[in-house]
Amino acid sequence: MANVQTKTASQAQRDLERKRRISLVIRYFILIVVGLFMVYPLVWMVGATFKNNSEIFSTMNPIPMKPTLDGYVHAMDNYGGTINIWQAMLNTYSYVIPEVILTVISSVLTAYGFGRFKFKGHDIMFTLMMAMLFLPQVVLNVPQFLFYNKIGWVGSKFYLPLIVPTAFAVETYFIFMLIQFLRNIPKELEEAAKIDGANVVQTLTKIIVPMLMPAIVSCALFKFMWASNDFLGPLLYVKTPAKYPATIFVRLSMDSESGFEWNKALAVSLISILPNILVFFAAQNQFVDGISAGGVKG
Amino acid sequence: MSKIQKTLRDNIGFFFVIPWLVGFLIFKAYPFISSFYYSFTDYDLFKGISKHTLENYINVFANKQERTALIITFKYAFMTVPLKLVSALFIAYILNFKIKGVNFFRTAYYIPSILGGSVAIAVLWRALFNDEGLIRMIFGIFGIEGPHFFTNSNWALFMICLLRVWQFGSAMVIFLAALKGVPTDLYEAAAIDGAGKWRQFFTITVPLITPVIFYNLITQLVQAFQEFNGPFIITKGGPRGSTTLMTLLIYNNAFGGTYKMGKACAQAWVLFVILVLFTMISFWSQKHWVYYSDEDGR
Repeated sequence: MANVQTKTASQAQRDLERKRRISLVIRYFILIVVGLFMVYPLVWMVGATFKNNSEIFSTMNPIPMKPTLDGYVHAMDNYGGTINIWQAMLNTYSYVIPEVILTVISSVLTAYGFGRFKFKGHDIMFTLMMAMLFLPQVVLNVPQFLFYNKIGWVGSKFYLPLIVPTAFAVETYFIFMLIQFLRNIPKELEEAAKIDGANVVQTLTKIIVPMLMPAIVSCALFKFMWASNDFLGPLLYVKTPAKYPATIFVRLSMDSESGFEWNKALAVSLISILPNILVFFAAQNQFVDGISAGGVKG
Repeated sequence: MSKIQKTLRDNIGFFFVIPWLVGFLIFKAYPFISSFYYSFTDYDLFKGISKHTLENYINVFANKQERTALIITFKYAFMTVPLKLVSALFIAYILNFKIKGVNFFRTAYYIPSILGGSVAIAVLWRALFNDEGLIRMIFGIFGIEGPHFFTNSNWALFMICLLRVWQFGSAMVIFLAALKGVPTDLYEAAAIDGAGKWRQFFTITVPLITPVIFYNLITQLVQAFQEFNGPFIITKGGPRGSTTLMTLLIYNNAFGGTYKMGKACAQAWVLFVILVLFTMISFWSQKHWVYYSDEDGR
């Protein structure tokens, strides 16, 4: 009797083990198939930039059979004699980098002010600030354009409509993220610093900023990605071809009469996102941490 | 003097939020209010305002083109958001099992989210869904004549939708962080009670992470209703207006050659009110389906 029982017990265990193995295989299968859908288009894109135009649309194989640099050679072409991909990328980063720096500084100041102090009107302003999380950009686009148009910033050589607002903490999401982070930093250090005679600015630069660093890095990374991918902003506010950023240039390369040169269009596209890809791989954990922090603690 | 000094000291935090306050007034509040005013006028960029009217609002619903854009926007959002959230949650759930190479998969799934907003990826999408493109080749393997994505109205919208679903990675990362927070002893207890994996998923996992589902739902809805880059670059709103979302109509009215600012503002306000309504409905309904762990009882 006891014998039979142990037999069925081991039988059950074996069944369980088999079930577990099957479900493991299914899981990996799903992960790999979905992973292919995610990555294959990108791999195909890289391959296509090295193909000639007839090969791009004749095979699914991402590896070029007759590799050619034609796409890249043509990618260097000028557009209208005034701009090429390198100049366009230079243009992009000439406003992206100031935007990132100003966003970080203004957001940290605001988060510090709201998160660590009480003052007259604190609560009402805090509520307004949080409400801005739910104010969609779509309702602001037209009136903002009219405002910049009135003060002569549309077509500005210095990308004023793109850069200047970032000095005034307009990205509520980052303020929110930094305040969430600030809440988890104990106040003891600041109090100790205060006793040692540090003023509020010193406390900010010497204590808060170093402690906030991971969150600051996340903000900077996200702002970098968003700002360099921004399309509508430059579309509305950049009027001279010589000042076009990469996003507009990439679109031109597809829409111009030579638009059927897919290897060229894809090569231009790939070059334009190369910095973003590099930044992503260099800092992917910060991206993941940043996005999880914002989402979960919210 | 000392009284002024005291006031200053008590309100020192205010100085840190001054940049935000200025930005709020100039770049948010003023555009917001002026847009509301313009929406009741026939404001034309060059002719100015000649009359005050309700016509803009009436037309959003009375004019067939505008009504269609509104319907397409809804169709797009209700197709994209559920597909994206379900994929994100499903993959996050699988990744949450002790899987070897989690980081590898997480990276692979996350890359599209980081790059997907760029014009470069829109160019890639045009190449992939082209009549001779990779996607139709894949259909061909199965002996099926794939749809013509750029000439078939229904498929064109679905192609844009797929671009955004492909970017489920950021929602997935947020889900994954939430799933890690579900105590494993709950699963063990359920397993002892004989609940299968699917049962566990719907009776333990989903109820415990509803706050995060809710967060993702709102952010994704807000994003979907404001989608612009995808249809603008990939299909230019076509074929026959089938991917002309409300945002494209707003752009066309304001900047696409007609400069009807009043009309564009009214359309943006309709979209804004819809978004506010959806957000309010979600907030209101969360009473019934969102479970917060710090509440007593379950």
